Amino acid sequence: MATRTATTPDRILERAEQLRRGRDLAFRDQIVESIYADAQAIAERAVRRGKPAGPTWDERLDRVLTSRLWGFPIMLLGLAAIFWITIVGANYPSRALAFLFFEVEEFAAGLFASLGAPWWLTGFVWHGVYRGLAWVVSVMLPPMAIFFPTFTILENLGYLPRVAFNMDWLFKKVGAHGKQALTMSMGFGCNAAGVIACRVIDSPRERLIAILTNNFVPCNGRFPTLIMLATIFVAAAFPPALASFAAAGAVVGVVLIGVFFTLLVSWVLSRSVLKGEASSFTLELPPYRRPNIGQILYTSIIDRTLFVLWRAILMAAPAGGAIWLLSNISVGGDSLTGWVSGFLDPLGRAIGLDGVILLAYIIAIPANEIVVPTIIMAYLGAGMMLELDSLTELQALLVGQQGWTLLTAVSLMLFSLLHNPCSTTIWTMYKETGSKKWTALGALMPLAIAFVVCFAVAQTARAVL
Amino acid sequence: MTSKRPKSIRRRRLPVVEPEARPRLGLRQLGIDTTDWDYVVALAGNPNTGKSTVFNALTGLRQHVGNWPGKTVARAEGGFEFEGDKYKLVDLPGTYSLLSASTDEEIARDFILFGRPDCTIIVADATVLERNLNLALQILEITDKAVICLNLMDEARRKGIRVNHKSLARDLGVPVVPTVARTGHGMDDLLRAAAGVASGGIRTQPHRISARGEAARSVDELARLLESAYPTLPNSRWVAMRLLEGDRRVEEAVRDGELADLVEEQSRAPEPAAHH
Repeated sequence: MATRTATTPDRILERAEQLRRGRDLAFRDQIVESIYADAQAIAERAVRRGKPAGPTWDERLDRVLTSRLWGFPIMLLGLAAIFWITIVGANYPSRALAFLFFEVEEFAAGLFASLGAPWWLTGFVWHGVYRGLAWVVSVMLPPMAIFFPTFTILENLGYLPRVAFNMDWLFKKVGAHGKQALTMSMGFGCNAAGVIACRVIDSPRERLIAILTNNFVPCNGRFPTLIMLATIFVAAAFPPALASFAAAGAVVGVVLIGVFFTLLVSWVLSRSVLKGEASSFTLELPPYRRPNIGQILYTSIIDRTLFVLWRAILMAAPAGGAIWLLSNISVGGDSLTGWVSGFLDPLGRAIGLDGVILLAYIIAIPANEIVVPTIIMAYLGAGMMLELDSLTELQALLVGQQGWTLLTAVSLMLFSLLHNPCSTTIWTMYKETGSKKWTALGALMPLAIAFVVCFAVAQTARAVL
Repeated sequence: MTSKRPKSIRRRRLPVVEPEARPRLGLRQLGIDTTDWDYVVALAGNPNTGKSTVFNALTGLRQHVGNWPGKTVARAEGGFEFEGDKYKLVDLPGTYSLLSASTDEEIARDFILFGRPDCTIIVADATVLERNLNLALQILEITDKAVICLNLMDEARRKGIRVNHKSLARDLGVPVVPTVARTGHGMDDLLRAAAGVASGGIRTQPHRISARGEAARSVDELARLLESAYPTLPNSRWVAMRLLEGDRRVEEAVRDGELADLVEEQSRAPEPAAHH
């Protein structure tokens, strides 16, 4: 027996199979137990605990921030505070930038004209491409420059894991992974980044749910839209002293609706196409860390603000050009903008919007950031020249001339929250899932939901009012 | 199925220099410059142990971040120079164990097993040592070339926890270096220990898990079989445990000869005798 041929790999595997037969689970348990027992013994020998000094300050802080009672109110208040600071703080720089940019536009257009440039060149370059860029920069830069550093401070302090801890049970209840609370928070920065962050979820089923629902939290490309609408329409309905708080509250409300839809859609998915149980995981609450100012400024200004702004500029320039062309090429007595938006108008009206807004959403598929600028360019392109150097004049344009109501604003906020993700996010979904089917679902499902919800809201509002 | 083994690591040795004659350069961060190196060091540990802080402290802020081949898990690499030798540092995904089949754990395990780093630095959180030891013990079953970086010593002190690193080193059989990576405290000692283990100057005798119950007998038997087939296999007991648990990846490595290749390579690898 002992003198048999040398031990071959097959022989080893065969013997392992024999030993294992039917008891691999028992073996597994015994081996895991052995590891834990050894770890415990070694740790006991090495660790001496001093007299229990009572809870440390961070344990005490955690008790409040993650308590059943205070956890959620503190989260909401914190979020509202960030929006409020952003809304109040962004107002003046926004106005100043817009003023500056439109002075330049007027001056340059005048210069072009005096040099004998043809009207269409001046129009295309300065009232099309340049105005698109100016809008994006003046509307988006100030809020981003305030919002991102503030949000990054919370991240750096270590608050986000506490948010995940607070929301864990909600996600578990709808059959999703607790870490989805984290990937959702990442989505506030950028949905594409949020989709990539879903890698932290191991189970493919729960990962897909997290990827497909990430779009329901507004990314920073959509925040400026929400903040602007809240400032113009919601704030206007309140006395000036309360206006900024009302606007911040409205944005928080939109975020909550987004979270609600995240949970609802996760629940539906985990009961239908992605059936299964929620897996458990260990969530560690890392210690609070002193935020590193240099790092915060770097991440929030370079990585986020300038990155988003640059992307918006890249997208806004061609969109500005396209909308100028569409508005200035006439076919059969009406501009192309007129034709297309006229065609889309009945559908738009049915969901509380109008044809121009839908057209803007189609043009803005590459980047959600430019929806509002596109809407304004389309309105303005139809002949009248108007200087938009402040939100007041924007309000005059939208309410006074285009007949926007509170319903339009609410519908637009909801549509902006729920509609299809931008093309970058769609592409990221495809790269992360490797499946055309899931990507298509991830793109079309939110769009369908947006239409249904806006339709329901518009019809209800019209029936009631 | 085609074998997709990671390209094994080849060493490029510098001309032999006696240790005393080496210029004492200390740490020099090389960031993403990992073109040629004398040693490969892996960085393992639980999540939230300050692993990235250690990584940044050693390599500098510029890092090369890519993906693990065929996986959607980020892989950070960097380099540093210590006492004249160049080191490539590979950041493994943070995991709590190497037992489950999650992608992160598979990547960490495969790199330590098949990538055969010259040293694995295991970053452990001193405030919750026991939980961190679960991972450390599993790594020590796979490789003897390891160093424990006992991090967050300041937090431990603040919480009134005192860790006797000498007792720990005695029990684990590998160097244990207390550190506060955030302030850079202890990083020099960590480098010296890692360099010693990588060059073979420090001999380790890692703790072996004492299997219990009937698993113990089966592990012993299978380990003996493995040793008779591969006399130089350093982690026969660990391979035996994996086979008993029905680990597909390890079964495959045994079947298609990948394990044999590893053993072969190890016995052929030039002894780093020049250092002592």
